Amino acid sequence: MSKRLIDLQHISKCFGTQVVLDDLNLYIRENEFLTLLGPSGCGKTTTLRIIGGFETPDAGKVVFDGRDMTSLPPNERQVNTVFQKYALFPHMSIAENIAFGLKIRKKSKSYINDKIKYALKLVNLDGFEKRSVDSLSGGQQQRIAIARAIVNEPKVLLLDEPLGALDLKLRQDMQYELIRLKEELGITFIYVTHDQEEALTMSDTIVVMNQGYIQQIGTPQDIYNEPTNAFVADFIGESNIIDGMMIEDRLVEVLGVKFPCVDEGFGKNRPVDVVIRPEDVELVDPMQGMMEGDVTSLIFKGVHWEMDVMANGYEWMVQATQMHPVGAHVGIRVDPYNIQIMNKPESSDERAVESDA
Amino acid sequence: MLKRSAERIYMFLIFLFLYLPIIVLVILSFNDSKSKVQWGGFTLRWYQRLFSSSSMMEAFGTTILVSLVSALVATLLGTLAALGIDAMKKRGQAIMLGVTDIPLLNADIVTGISMMLLFVRFTRLGLSTVLIAHITFNIPYVILNVLPKLKQSNRTTYEAALDLGATPLYAFYKIIWPQIRPGVFSGFLMAMTMSLDDFSVTYFTKGAGINTLSTMIYTEMRKGIRPEMYALSTILFLIALVLLLFMNFGPSARQKEE
Repeated sequence: MSKRLIDLQHISKCFGTQVVLDDLNLYIRENEFLTLLGPSGCGKTTTLRIIGGFETPDAGKVVFDGRDMTSLPPNERQVNTVFQKYALFPHMSIAENIAFGLKIRKKSKSYINDKIKYALKLVNLDGFEKRSVDSLSGGQQQRIAIARAIVNEPKVLLLDEPLGALDLKLRQDMQYELIRLKEELGITFIYVTHDQEEALTMSDTIVVMNQGYIQQIGTPQDIYNEPTNAFVADFIGESNIIDGMMIEDRLVEVLGVKFPCVDEGFGKNRPVDVVIRPEDVELVDPMQGMMEGDVTSLIFKGVHWEMDVMANGYEWMVQATQMHPVGAHVGIRVDPYNIQIMNKPESSDERAVESDA
Repeated sequence: MLKRSAERIYMFLIFLFLYLPIIVLVILSFNDSKSKVQWGGFTLRWYQRLFSSSSMMEAFGTTILVSLVSALVATLLGTLAALGIDAMKKRGQAIMLGVTDIPLLNADIVTGISMMLLFVRFTRLGLSTVLIAHITFNIPYVILNVLPKLKQSNRTTYEAALDLGATPLYAFYKIIWPQIRPGVFSGFLMAMTMSLDDFSVTYFTKGAGINTLSTMIYTEMRKGIRPEMYALSTILFLIALVLLLFMNFGPSARQKEE
């Protein structure tokens, strides 16, 4: 594994009375594509701004490459940022925008010109040197913002919801482009988004955050397949999250029915959250299912059908390629390895409760 | 058809109402007769006499000096104030804007008298008190011109400049300044116009022996109305007109259209 490049140690930050980050610990490895994912107000942008130097943490340290840079101003940090709303300089040409950082570093004219050409090629906008910022579309502006940041050869590129203002198709194209860029440049990307699909597509590591706490750190597969709590499960894709009771190892009771599962080590008769992805719910003949229910809604989604099935007092979300009409009586079946058992979510409230106990 | 000509006549009347008095003044300033109602032929006599009067020329010099210096200082202070206000939270901004707006709405004569009362307590009235007074009432005009430009400019561009390695000062000069420059410029011109125009505040704060053109006209008029004053008023009007045209069609206005 490559070495740790950035180490955030015990970071806390408040705005007024509002606690935005509470004792956050996180490290980022060299060459990693790390995504901070969470709903708005979860502290992900503040974390990014602390790394960029635009906010100073109330407590804690930011260590960069072994050196404490907590109080270093942004202009002295070896990181560059791509801002949410591009933040291109409107009174400068594209070339002047890209050259801004290089001129400050007193690079030679020929070096700067070569760099501009190289960067524009990298973001697929050759020949745009003389264009004005206004004449560019949102997607093009964002690519210029990326070019402007990477010509400075930062060790880390910080991206603050850079695709948020783009339309869906463009966003998807840009995702592939960012992955390509990261591979070509070989630098560390720290990416902030609230879009789970973006996070799953691009990241090596995803950090799911909520209310100033890290909920889970893991690869996209880990996060999707084995969410540690209901918040993560709900935030990453759609899920059936049901209160359950762990009877014993490999057996969980959900809605009055005992389901065999593969999880162990939760103890006996412990309340848990049970997560079942909608694509993992199988609809079968009423007699063959583990519980019976009635289809209450049916929507065609293109790749699959989405159905709601009322069974044992819970409305199951089901995705299947086979359709059952509204009103149909069906059986529900779930494979043991598709049942995900989780402890109740970790939140600030619960932390308080635990420390009281 | 009828509607259109009615519209035109209406417009014509409005403009006539607005500008007829000034047109009359300008015409009379070239009238070779002391009568206010009779045209005695074209002459530049009143202008000649005006320019040969040393007290007139002195007042003219004072006017230019006061308006230039006060506009410059007010532009500097007002721009700094606008930067500060822009950085405040919403509540603070509302309070500060309210406070700076009061001198704008206050009757000039009240501003003039209150300043005079303050000044005589501490110093003698003279050129410096006129300057201080003009700077004071000019600052709000500059703030009002600069602040919208700051609001328009994308604040993250400043952070982006820092991010790319610029020091705060360099980032301001390279990024913020070009974006607010038109506002600073028009604020300066407006301050200058206000200063040129002002009578009440100057009258109360000037002390003896100092005159700007507007106070000069007033004192001369009290001695009796003389045609030189028409000439002087015409010149004052022309200066204001030139400034106004510059404000609307000058370089800063053109930048806006781009």
